[in-house]
Amino acid sequence: MARKWGMVVDLDRCTGCEACVVACRAENNVPTAGEDQAARGRAIHWIRVERYWEGEFPDARLKFRPVLCQQCDAAPCEPVCPTYASYHNPEGLNAQIYNRCVGTRYCANACPYTVRFFNFYNPVWAKPLHLQLNPDVSVREVGVMEKCTFCVQRIKSAEIQAEAEKRGLKDGEFDPACVQSCPPKALVFGDLNDPESEVSRLARSRRGTKLLGDLGTLPSVTYLEKES
Amino acid sequence: METKQTAQINDDLLRPLFRTTWRFYCGAIVCGAVVAAAMAAFGYQVWNGIGVWGIDRPVFWAFDITNFVFWIGISHAGTLISAILRLANATWRRPVTRCAEVITVFALSIGGMFPVVHLGRPWLAFWLFPYRSEREIWPQFRSPLMWDFFAIGTYLTGSITFLLLPIIPDWALVRDKAAGWRKRMYGMLALGWRGTPRQWHRLESAMHIMAVAIIPVAVSVHTIVSWDFAMAPVPMWHSTIFGPYFVAGAIFSGIAGLILAMAILRKLLHLEEYLLPVHFDNLGKLLLMMSLLWFYFVFAERLTTWYGNEASEMAVFWQTQRGGFAPLFWAMVVCNFVIPFPLLAIKKLRTISGTVIASATIVVGMWLERFLIIVPSLSHKYLPYAWGTYRPTWVEITLTAGTFAAMGLFYLLFAKFVPIISVWELKAGMRAAPAVPSPLPARTRSLPLTAGPRTAVPRTADAGLGATDD
Repeated sequence: MARKWGMVVDLDRCTGCEACVVACRAENNVPTAGEDQAARGRAIHWIRVERYWEGEFPDARLKFRPVLCQQCDAAPCEPVCPTYASYHNPEGLNAQIYNRCVGTRYCANACPYTVRFFNFYNPVWAKPLHLQLNPDVSVREVGVMEKCTFCVQRIKSAEIQAEAEKRGLKDGEFDPACVQSCPPKALVFGDLNDPESEVSRLARSRRGTKLLGDLGTLPSVTYLEKES
Repeated sequence: METKQTAQINDDLLRPLFRTTWRFYCGAIVCGAVVAAAMAAFGYQVWNGIGVWGIDRPVFWAFDITNFVFWIGISHAGTLISAILRLANATWRRPVTRCAEVITVFALSIGGMFPVVHLGRPWLAFWLFPYRSEREIWPQFRSPLMWDFFAIGTYLTGSITFLLLPIIPDWALVRDKAAGWRKRMYGMLALGWRGTPRQWHRLESAMHIMAVAIIPVAVSVHTIVSWDFAMAPVPMWHSTIFGPYFVAGAIFSGIAGLILAMAILRKLLHLEEYLLPVHFDNLGKLLLMMSLLWFYFVFAERLTTWYGNEASEMAVFWQTQRGGFAPLFWAMVVCNFVIPFPLLAIKKLRTISGTVIASATIVVGMWLERFLIIVPSLSHKYLPYAWGTYRPTWVEITLTAGTFAAMGLFYLLFAKFVPIISVWELKAGMRAAPAVPSPLPARTRSLPLTAGPRTAVPRTADAGLGATDD
């Protein structure tokens, strides 16, 4: 059976440390917008930690919610792209084909989660940061949309490795950068089509919810709601 | 006496083609300068990246798509109105139709540029065209942007045909009046028009077919433009009312644009005897009806949203009713309803200046309407954490100014090369239908100069085509 990559985010465990944000940036060659551009709403971060307060001071409760591309099965971003840059791959990922993108930005408008990012300018890495670019990930030019890929380069390299060794992929054999770097293990990644995998076990939890689930986008990310 | 009158018509309406005034040069230079500035701004944008615009995350569309929708809306002035008036055989339409049809062609061309101008990588715009490429990949036909491509392409082709068909006899008239390079140029443009009954008959048939065909096309175009928004699950976009709402708004702004253009032409080209108060009065009534219809649509849209009380939609709703976008929203209501309604409803006020003032506010109001459909929704989507705002930069403002200047420039140049009022239709309309003596034999092959339509039209027209006859 084809794999179906998915993620579980345990909101009880998330401390809002933003290690995932930093790890993602390093892994995926996410450009740094700089102070001015960030203030104008042009910062790029494929995963963000949303911070909400519930209640009034002093009984305020802080709630963190890491939000990344939900890799929807019925993704609103996909059919609106006139050039097939936004494309559903056979393993259920919303792939973004940078080379096909002409920059209509329609996908970003259609996305209810606002997790698609646009390169308003050509990216620059101040020296010596250019030396730490990940060679497995292409750098996106001006006018191109980009978004979380579930670290597709890691998925592919693990799949190729497993195939070379003529074996199946083991659950937890690899993780996307955000999952790998999460100290409290709030993020869990794996194959949802494997009923034994940790991610599908957790996704069946009664605490499980989908972000904006009533929109019918069928996200692959499940949030385990806060109970503590 | 009638020959004297027709000679007068020829003289008045062909004068701009043969004589260039300082007004023309002034207008062309001013408009041309603004267009040049806009082109420079576009070059600057391509060179540096679209970051020179004010757009951000989450407001990925703003002035660009506002201008797109606005100009496609203005384009509904012409062809649609002209087609309806032709089919309804409204006799007063004769001096108005061509001014209107020209607006359509130019407004569509201007609006249709924005889907390219707004691209992140505009140099790859040809990837949106459906052609067999080495990339072995077709465009995504499920995308409303592709529907736009086909809708606008169809409408533009149809409008150009609809505009050019009735120009042929006029170009033949100019050919016969002119000498030198003008004679050669207009001779080519006139496509060998001789004014034979056969030619008139074919022209009438073609006009009739085009008038019938262009109406559903026009309605579909702005419906599809509205679907750019209605298809996306964005609060206050995802609405079934958008199709008719956009079409009504388009015709509304289109008529306003037409009245403004007519008023300017009337002054610039001294057409006071052709574009009469009655034309402004009739179009004013049409505008009044559209103003009421627009108000009805806005009311229906707002009421159902408010009554439904859906959280994400209410966030956008309150932004426009009393939040950051409220000043613009209420300015729009004032411009589109509060000012024009009395000006157009009270007969005493529905003069040329009255309708012009109403039209000017409506053009502003409808631009605001398009802006208010796009930006508040995008800036307040579902997750409050990702809310944002928008402020235009000089690049977008220059591009917007450039669209208006381009309209002026195209219009000026068009009026320089084509009689802006359809000469033969005007003459055909002056002929009192029942009193016409039986036409000259067809073999006279008369030039369509003074008696063109007279010689040939009546029989064919009376025979049931009816589009030129009163």
